[in-house]
Amino acid sequence: MVELKPGARFQSTVCTTEIIVVKGTGDADLTCGGAPMVAAGTGERSGEPAEGAADGTLLGKRYSDADDTIEVLATKAGDGSLALGGTPMTVAQAKTLPASD
Amino acid sequence: MNVMMLLEMAADGLGERIAVGSRDEGLTYRQLFDQAGEAAARFRAVPGERVVLCDESSPAVPVALFGAAWAGMPYVPLNYRLPDDDLRTLAERSAPGIAIGDEAGTARLRGVEGLTAVTRDHFITDRAGDANAVEPGDWSMDPEEIAVLLYTSGTTGAPKSAVLRHRHLVSYILGSVEFMGADEDEATIVSVPPYHVAGVSAMLSSIYAGRRIVQLPKFDADDWIDLVEREGVTHAMVVPTMLARIVEALDARGGEPLLGVRALSYGGGKMPLPVIERALELFPITSFVNAYGLTETSSTISLLGPDDHRIAQYSEDPDEKRRLASVGRTLPGVEVSIRDDHGHELPVGAVGEICVRGEQVSGEYLEKGSLLDDEGWFATRDGGFVDEAGYLFVQGRNDDVIIRGGENLSPGEIEDVLLTHPAVRDAAAIGVPDSEWGERIVAVVVARPGTCDEAELRDLVHDRLRSSRVPAHVVFVDELPYNDTGKLLRRVLRENHAHLGDDPSD
Repeated sequence: MVELKPGARFQSTVCTTEIIVVKGTGDADLTCGGAPMVAAGTGERSGEPAEGAADGTLLGKRYSDADDTIEVLATKAGDGSLALGGTPMTVAQAKTLPASD
Repeated sequence: MNVMMLLEMAADGLGERIAVGSRDEGLTYRQLFDQAGEAAARFRAVPGERVVLCDESSPAVPVALFGAAWAGMPYVPLNYRLPDDDLRTLAERSAPGIAIGDEAGTARLRGVEGLTAVTRDHFITDRAGDANAVEPGDWSMDPEEIAVLLYTSGTTGAPKSAVLRHRHLVSYILGSVEFMGADEDEATIVSVPPYHVAGVSAMLSSIYAGRRIVQLPKFDADDWIDLVEREGVTHAMVVPTMLARIVEALDARGGEPLLGVRALSYGGGKMPLPVIERALELFPITSFVNAYGLTETSSTISLLGPDDHRIAQYSEDPDEKRRLASVGRTLPGVEVSIRDDHGHELPVGAVGEICVRGEQVSGEYLEKGSLLDDEGWFATRDGGFVDEAGYLFVQGRNDDVIIRGGENLSPGEIEDVLLTHPAVRDAAAIGVPDSEWGERIVAVVVARPGTCDEAELRDLVHDRLRSSRVPAHVVFVDELPYNDTGKLLRRVLRENHAHLGDDPSD
């Protein structure tokens, strides 16, 4: 379990993926490549993403859970894929705001 | 959080694309990232706490901005157009630290105690062995650290330093820009100066979107048009005075539309309707965006999008037509509340003070601390209202309100009516002292010569608004005084026309 709050950053322990929480608070079972994510800068990488959890995480994409209560942004790409409570997170729809500056 | 995270992502995802400059010679995202690291090493080596910029737009702007973020020092761009005394006063307030600028800018800061001035050329091109002086990615991720300090223009007193922390700016970008959302051929022209909040946000949002930045140091309408054509510019942000001049210059060239511009955003002041209407014709396939924001809100908080512009252009419905004068709807993540003088929320359609809340809203000054209330609301001091469909209308600074006979009159309301006269090109309504009413209204108007007179304009206001709104005097002038970022200098107008009043204290 890790504690989510906007701005909190986590890293995968089995690939190069790093994320920042955009939306959502509270304890969560956040995994990448099948292994629990840890606070950014605190963990060593070892092993490989588990089978079935190796579709990859794309740089700059937002990922959310089915209820859209939690959203994270991938700040570094990696081979493992993100899941919350064992359920894969999916790429959230791109923003369609026009450029204003 | 740190704005460096945004540049690092761009360098990882877009490395070899050009970030800043011309297609042939510009800096790539990877090069910009490396330059920021070298700059950070240099900033850390100098005693001091801040990175001051005294320069026009140049590649030194993003290098200093991101280098400062990497080094953990606030970035402080100064208004180089200020007179020497004022500039040096701000520089002294910003010390100790390092100052970057062109030859002229650094020369003007020489001798300011605690400030080490380095010229831009030296700073950008001298890479003597600094590349290994910083660890990759060793910037602080403390979201509370100050990223940028911007001096307010000080039109009503001494300039204050608005504080933008990393969390404000990163929230703004993550909330409003899609990473790598720009096509590879897109380029944006930045013609606002670096010390304007849009000069900061343009760097951050363009880099995160992957849109090449083309910089125009000194705004001139013909230079702007030439640079747009030469560099294949697809996006632009301008203040209203710039758009007015671009429209005039295009008309002077024969009225040929600029078809390469896909998106044109404007903000920073009130846009005269005739200018935007002509611009819609001269940029027939361009997406127009009217953005409203403040320094204290990390730039844009509300925008009127492309569809709304074209609907208003062709609609017969007065409500839809009127929305061309609005700033559209708030960004996701930003809330707006219209409040009365006692802080109570007003209903739809009622005019009051615009208050905003959201992750990107700072509302903090170094000198005064946070001005957010207990629930996080920031009172903008702008007056306005929200219509039934949620469109926000801004009616000018509350400091500019004319108080006549105890009634608060919005200059914007009177100006909007004056601008509907086909001969009126620009208009300002101000209050001057009046011994009976407290203030009386003076309309200062730019009109085509010999095409309208005082009585006609007073009748026009009388027909559309209540009689208390009718100007006591109408003065015709060649042009209205604006500062270089498009802000109307009402204080100057009040001084110039004070003789039309009769101050009882005289």
